[in-house]
Amino acid sequence: MNNMISLIFITIGILFNLLGCIGIIRLPDTYNRLQAATKCVTLGCCSIFLGVLFHFGFSDAGVKALVAIPILFFTSTVGAHALIRGTYHFGIKLGEKSVKDDYKDAVQ
Amino acid sequence: MKYITLFILSLIFWLLLTFKLTVPNIIVGTVASVICSLFFGRFFVTNVYKLLQPQRYFWFIVYLFVFIWECLKANLDVAYRVLHPAMPIRPGIVKVKTILKSDLAKMLLANSITMTPGTISVDIIDDNLYIHWIYIRSEDPEVYTGIITGAFEKYIKRIIE
Amino acid sequence: MSNYLNILLYVQIGLSVICLYRIIIGPTIPDRMVGVDIFGILVVGICAIIAIQTERSYILDIGIAWIILSFIGTLTLAKYLTCKKLNE
Repeated sequence: MNNMISLIFITIGILFNLLGCIGIIRLPDTYNRLQAATKCVTLGCCSIFLGVLFHFGFSDAGVKALVAIPILFFTSTVGAHALIRGTYHFGIKLGEKSVKDDYKDAVQ
Repeated sequence: MKYITLFILSLIFWLLLTFKLTVPNIIVGTVASVICSLFFGRFFVTNVYKLLQPQRYFWFIVYLFVFIWECLKANLDVAYRVLHPAMPIRPGIVKVKTILKSDLAKMLLANSITMTPGTISVDIIDDNLYIHWIYIRSEDPEVYTGIITGAFEKYIKRIIE
Repeated sequence: MSNYLNILLYVQIGLSVICLYRIIIGPTIPDRMVGVDIFGILVVGICAIIAIQTERSYILDIGIAWIILSFIGTLTLAKYLTCKKLNE
């Protein structure tokens, strides 16, 4: 029973990862790619870790998986924030479809 | 006081990570926690007495459920935009004003905004957050401030401030 | 059961190959860095699946260490993008 639940969680996680990778290929500019990829891949890997937790139960491996989830959340969000800020300062323009840019005045 | 709290927290973290209660393990954990708290204690939150107030934990759990719900919505939103043949995107960077004061609260708010539908935080300057938004739904500052920060600000204010 | 897990593992490895495609093709430098960041997170997923397959818990330790190392790498790359020195 626990094995079934863990397999279901892992399958959901890999589906989310697949969506993130499609986003990384299809979307037009760097900002949108980062946007899609970070959200989907982070939640997908968290779901895989939940599957590991269900598979092992509350033993040492299960608690390790549980501890890994908040670490993954904080590191990936802070990393995405740093990358997108660096991209803007590097001089990459927003894509052709974009309609608004308030950050330009603040950078000066 | 800051140093002692950080020591206890990192010792708990070590015991969770290794998950066995033998004497050598506890000794190694104690030494590592002492080193960590000596180096990084001065960066820890200043008012540690807030950690002892139970209503903050209650609001934290409520916030956690709201956050997971928003996170699932974000993923379905991204899935819709990626799989749609015409890719309905209308990106841009908007400026949002926040009422939160402390640094930790702003950090938590920026992290939450990154995981919500279609938004990712670019920079924080004083009270202003700069948000990259994949589909700008309105041009009015008050409306989009409500859409972006409205779901989280009140909970974070109750948790941290 | 273990067959199905094998298929999932191969799918995850294939996804990281897609990230490698973005790293090679990417027209600008930040695109490649996005690929590197996402690749790091996907490898953690591979570690978790291998930990289930082999029933060994130390592979999860490798996963946690990989999360932190890839975080530090991403921060360094982002610092490089802003064209500043590393101690600023």
